[in-house]
Amino acid sequence: MASDDIWILGIAMTKFGKHSDKDIVDLGSEAAIAALADAGVTMADIGILAAGNLMGAGAGFGQQLQKQIGQTGIPVYNVANACATGATALRTAIMAVKSGEVRMGLAVGAEKLSGAGLLGGGGVSKKDGNKFEPRGRYGSVLPTDGRIGTDTMPGTFAQVGMEYGHKYGGVSFELFAKISEKNHAHSVLNPMAAYQKRFTLDEIMNDMMIAYPNTRPMCSANCDGAAAAVVTSGEVLRTLSKEQQRRAIKVSASVLTTDPYEEACQILPDVNTLTRNAAKIAYEQAGVSPSDLDLVELHDCFATAELVHYDNLMLCPEGGAVDFFMSGATWRDGSMPVNVSGGLESKGHPIAATGIANIWEVCHHLRNEAGDRQIKDAKVGLAHVIGLGSACGIHILERSGL
Amino acid sequence: MTKTIPHVDYLELGDKPHLVANECTSCGARFFDRRNACAKCFKNDFKKVAISTDGILKSFTIVAFAAPGIPVPFVAGIIDCAGTSVRGNVVNTEPSPEKVTLGMKLRLTTFSIGTDEEGTEAIGFGFEPA
Repeated sequence: MASDDIWILGIAMTKFGKHSDKDIVDLGSEAAIAALADAGVTMADIGILAAGNLMGAGAGFGQQLQKQIGQTGIPVYNVANACATGATALRTAIMAVKSGEVRMGLAVGAEKLSGAGLLGGGGVSKKDGNKFEPRGRYGSVLPTDGRIGTDTMPGTFAQVGMEYGHKYGGVSFELFAKISEKNHAHSVLNPMAAYQKRFTLDEIMNDMMIAYPNTRPMCSANCDGAAAAVVTSGEVLRTLSKEQQRRAIKVSASVLTTDPYEEACQILPDVNTLTRNAAKIAYEQAGVSPSDLDLVELHDCFATAELVHYDNLMLCPEGGAVDFFMSGATWRDGSMPVNVSGGLESKGHPIAATGIANIWEVCHHLRNEAGDRQIKDAKVGLAHVIGLGSACGIHILERSGL
Repeated sequence: MTKTIPHVDYLELGDKPHLVANECTSCGARFFDRRNACAKCFKNDFKKVAISTDGILKSFTIVAFAAPGIPVPFVAGIIDCAGTSVRGNVVNTEPSPEKVTLGMKLRLTTFSIGTDEEGTEAIGFGFEPA
C-alpha cells in the first residue's frame, strides 16, 4: 500500500575531512552501519539501497558497499546527480517506501575529494598546436574554458552572486566575505566539520583570490566523507519501539527539480528558478511557510551562492537578500539561522555525502541532540542542495510529536 | 594572406565580425550551439540570426585560478546584447573591480588566439569597454 507518511528512522555522517587511510567504501560503510544502528535495524530490514557517489560513478559503488555491510540481494540504485547526488539517493529510497514496494530503504552518499583542487575547468586540449578542426556542439577549434568565459566552479558561482547584484544592487566583495565569516564562525561549534577555524573579515578578504569576489575561505572545502539515512513509512514506524518513534524525524517534503528553460540558462547555469520551484513545491507539500522554519542548511558551495538562495528559498522578500543578511537574521542567534553546521565552506563538501549530511544536521537539532550548537527548541528545518547541470533537492523535516 | 578560422562556429568573421545564434522559428529562443530540438518549446526548426555586437555587462568574475595554460587573471562575463545573453571575456581593460563594473557598456572585438601547424590562425572574440 502506498504511504504518504515518510520518516527518517536513523541517520549518520562520518566526520568530514581528510581520511587518507579510508576509501569510499570504508567511508560509506561507516556511515551506513552507523545509520542502521541509529535506526535500531539491520540490513535484513532494508528493502532498497540507493548509493550515491559522483567521482566514481559507473563503478557500482552500491554493490561494493553491500559486500562490506550485508549482501541481501535487494535492489541497488547507483545514483549520480552532481552535487545533488546525496539528496537524490535519499529521495530514491523515499520514493520506494512511498510507493509501498519496500518497508525500509537505506540511502548512502560517499565521496573522496581531498586534494581534488579546482573543479569544473576544461583544461587545455592536447590538440593545441596541431591542425585546427572544429569540434563539439560549438564547433570550437580550441578549448573554450578561459577563452570564452569560465567553466570553473568558483567563477561560475561568483557570476551567480554578481548577477544578483546587477539585478537588485547592494552586493560587494565585503558583503560576500561577511557571509563566509558567519559560516566559519558557526563551524567552531561543529566537531564533524573539516575546518573549525573562525576567520576575521580581514583574513577572509585578504586570503588568496580564487575568482573575484570569492577568496579561498569563501569556497567550499574539498574533503572526504560519507552520510547515510534509513527511511521508513509511518505505518511501519507505528509497529516499532516508543524510543524509535520518538527519535524518528518526519520528512514533510521531499522534492527534486531540474532547471526549466530560461533565457541565458545555457550561458550561465540558472541555479535560481529550479530552487525557487523546488521550494514552492516543498512548502506546499509540508504545509509550512518559510517563517515556520527554525533552521536552514542551504547549499553554500561558495559565499556568492548563499546570498541568492536566501531569496530562492523565500527566506526574505524577492530582491531583499542583502538586507536580510545584513539584519543578522542568518547568524545562529538570528531569526532564521542558516548553515549552523558551518556550511560547505567549513564543514566541507564531499559531493555525494553533502545532500544527506545537511539532513543529518537538521535532524540532529530536531532531535535535540546537537550539543553546543543546538538551535533551541527546533521543530522544523529545511535542507537544500543544488548540483550544476542542474538539479535541486529540498527536504523539509519535522520532529516527532512524541 | 593568412588563412583564418573562427574559435567557435557561432563567431562570424569578415568585415564586421559578430555572433550568430540558432533561433527557434516557433518560440524565438536562441542557442549558440547545435540543437536537436528547442529546449523551450520542443520544435525543431531553427534559423540563423545575427546578435548585436553591443551589450552591457550583467555579471562577471575575475578568475585568478584556472586550468593550466590559461593566462590569469582574466575577466569572465555575461553580456546582455540587446536582450540576448552572451558569454565572453572582458578584454582590453585592467582585470580589476575598479575597472570592470556591473552595467558597463561593452562591444565585441576579435583577436588572434593561436596558429596551427598549417599556419591557419584561430580568431577568438571578447568584449571591450565601449
